[in-house]
Amino acid sequence: MTTSPSHPDLRETARLIRCHSIASIYVATSGHPGGALSAADLLAYLYSAEIGDEEPRDGDLTRNRFILSKGHACPALYAALAVKGQISPTDPLQLRKLGSTMQGHPHVGALPHVETSTGSLGQGFSAALGMALGIRHQGGSGRVYVMLGDGEMQEGEVWEAAQCAAHYKLDKLTAILDYNKMQSDDLNENIIGLEPLADKWRAFGWHVVEIDGHDFAAIEAAVAEAKRTTGKPTLILAHTLKGKGVSFMENYPTWHGSVTMSLDDTEKSLIDLGVAQSDVPGWLDGTIHGGHTQ
Amino acid sequence: MSNAPQLIGSSGDSLREAFGKALVGLADEFPNLVVLDADVAGGTGAHNFRTAHGHRFYQFGIAEQNMVAAAGGMAATGLIPVVTTFAVFALRALEQARLSVAYANRNVKIVASHPGLDVGPDGASAQCLEDLAAFRAIPNMTVISPADQIETELATRAMIEHVGPVYMRTGRSPTPRIFGSEHTFKIGKGQIVRDGTDVTIVACGVQVARSLDAATLLNGEGISARVVNMATIKPLDHDLLQRCAIETGCMVTAEDHNMFGGLGGAVAESLVQRSPCPVEFIAVNDRFGQSGEPDELVQHYNLGITHIADAARRAIKRK
Repeated sequence: MTTSPSHPDLRETARLIRCHSIASIYVATSGHPGGALSAADLLAYLYSAEIGDEEPRDGDLTRNRFILSKGHACPALYAALAVKGQISPTDPLQLRKLGSTMQGHPHVGALPHVETSTGSLGQGFSAALGMALGIRHQGGSGRVYVMLGDGEMQEGEVWEAAQCAAHYKLDKLTAILDYNKMQSDDLNENIIGLEPLADKWRAFGWHVVEIDGHDFAAIEAAVAEAKRTTGKPTLILAHTLKGKGVSFMENYPTWHGSVTMSLDDTEKSLIDLGVAQSDVPGWLDGTIHGGHTQ
Repeated sequence: MSNAPQLIGSSGDSLREAFGKALVGLADEFPNLVVLDADVAGGTGAHNFRTAHGHRFYQFGIAEQNMVAAAGGMAATGLIPVVTTFAVFALRALEQARLSVAYANRNVKIVASHPGLDVGPDGASAQCLEDLAAFRAIPNMTVISPADQIETELATRAMIEHVGPVYMRTGRSPTPRIFGSEHTFKIGKGQIVRDGTDVTIVACGVQVARSLDAATLLNGEGISARVVNMATIKPLDHDLLQRCAIETGCMVTAEDHNMFGGLGGAVAESLVQRSPCPVEFIAVNDRFGQSGEPDELVQHYNLGITHIADAARRAIKRK
C-alpha cells in the first residue's frame, strides 16, 4: 500500500474512520462492521479529496456529492463526516438511537450531509444517476460519486441504472464498487456469482478502472482517470478486504451483518487498529458505554 | 352546495390527455419541471410534453424502479420531476417511491394512467386495483384521483404547486365532463357536487360521473342522494365526511379499485373515529380483473350505476 502524495494524512484518516465505526457499532449494540471497514480507505480518500465542506444544498450544482448506496456501511460514512469535522466527534456514538441523526441506515431527513435515504440496495445508485442527470440538465459542474456493494450487483435496478447512465453518457457520475467478495450470508460466489464483473460493466457501456481499494495512490489515480474520461460514466472496481484492519474480522462473512460487539471484541479491534481507548471520543468519560448493557 | 354540476356529456377527453395538455401549459411557469417516461408516453399523455419540450423530457426505458428512484435524485438538484407510467408499473416501483421519494421527502410527482379496470381488453396484468391502497400507506405521500378533464387540469397545477411527493391517478378511457370552467380544486378538499338528504355517495375518479347518474336514478324513486367528489384520497377531507355522515346518516363509497384500502377504506377509517354510520362499498370485491371492454367490466364487477343505486338503498335500510 502506498499513500497518496497529495494527501499524506490518508492513512491516519482511514484509521480514525475505522475506529469511529467500531466504537459506534459497539455502543449501538448493532450495525454492520465488515463492509464499513472494507470501505474506509475509499471513503477517506473521497472525503479528503473530492467532497467539499459546503453545507449540502439541493440547488447548489457546483459541489460534488457522495451517495452511499450500500447504506448498511453508514457507520463509516458518519465516521468520515466526524473525522472531517462536519459533524461532532461524538455524534457517531448516537448511531441507531431513538431520535438520532445517525439512523441505522442513512436518511437525508435526519442528517442533511446524507444526500438521499438509502438502505434498500440499488436505489442509491439510481438516485445518484438522477442527481448527475439533474445537475447536467441545469448546467452545473458538480460530480456525483456513488459507492456500491458487491451483493448489491444482484439487484436488477443496478443494471437498469447502469444502462441508463451509459445511454445518457453521464461522465460526471463515478461509481465505486467496494468489492469485498462477501455479502450477508456468505461469499458472493456461493450466493449468486457476479463474475466476470468488469466485463459486465464494460459491456453496459462503462469505463472500468480496476484497483486495490486499500491503496491510496491507486485510488487517487483511479479517481483522476474517472475525471479525465469523457462520454461515459466510470466504475472504479475496488478490490477490498471485508473487515479490513481488524484481524479477527478480516474475510469472515459473520462480521457482515448487524452484530452485537462485545467489549472484548471492541477492545481487540481498537488494538488491531492501533488506537488507544483515550483516542476514541467518549470512551473514557463514559459516553461510549451509555447505551450498552454491561 | 356550490357549483351545481351538470353532466355535460359523455364525450369528454380522457384524463390522461387532459393531464398531458395541462403539463405542457405549465412548462413556462415552472422552468424546473421535467417529465420522465418509461416507454409509454403515448399511453400516459406525456407525449404532448415530449413534442413541445423535448429537452425537458427524459426517457428511462422500460425500467420503472430506476426511473422512480432517479426522479428522487433529480429532485435533489432542484428539479420537479413528473414521473409518468401506467398505474400497475408505478406499483412495481412502490418501494422506490417509498424510500427514494417519500422517505427522502423529495418533490416528485408520480402520475399513473391506466388505473382500475379502465384498461379493459389488456386484462388483469395491465389493470391496477391496488394503487390507492398502496400509495396511501406511504407517509408524506399525497394521493389524488380527479374526476374529469377540467378537474385533471386543475389537479395537475395543484400537484406541481404543492411541494412534496404526490401520486395522481389519471385514466385511459374518455370520461364524461362533469365540471364547468368555474370548478375549483384544492388538495385535501372534497366537494358536494349534488346535494341530498337520505344518503351520501362518496366517489373518486371515473366513479363520480356514475354516482351522479345513480343519484338521478334514486331521485326518480323519491330518494334524495348527496354526491361527494373526493378527489384527494390523502389527506382526506375528514370534516366534510363527518358533516355528511351527520346530515344524511349513511354512506356509499364508489371507486374503480379493490375494496380494501382505497377510498372506501379511507372513508371508513375516518368515520369510525369521528361519526360512525352505515357504509356500503362499491369496489372490486377482492378479485383480479380480466379482459373485456371497460363498460362490460364495470357491469361484471358490480361498479355500475345500478349497483351504486342498490348500495344506496342498502345503506339507507341500515340506518
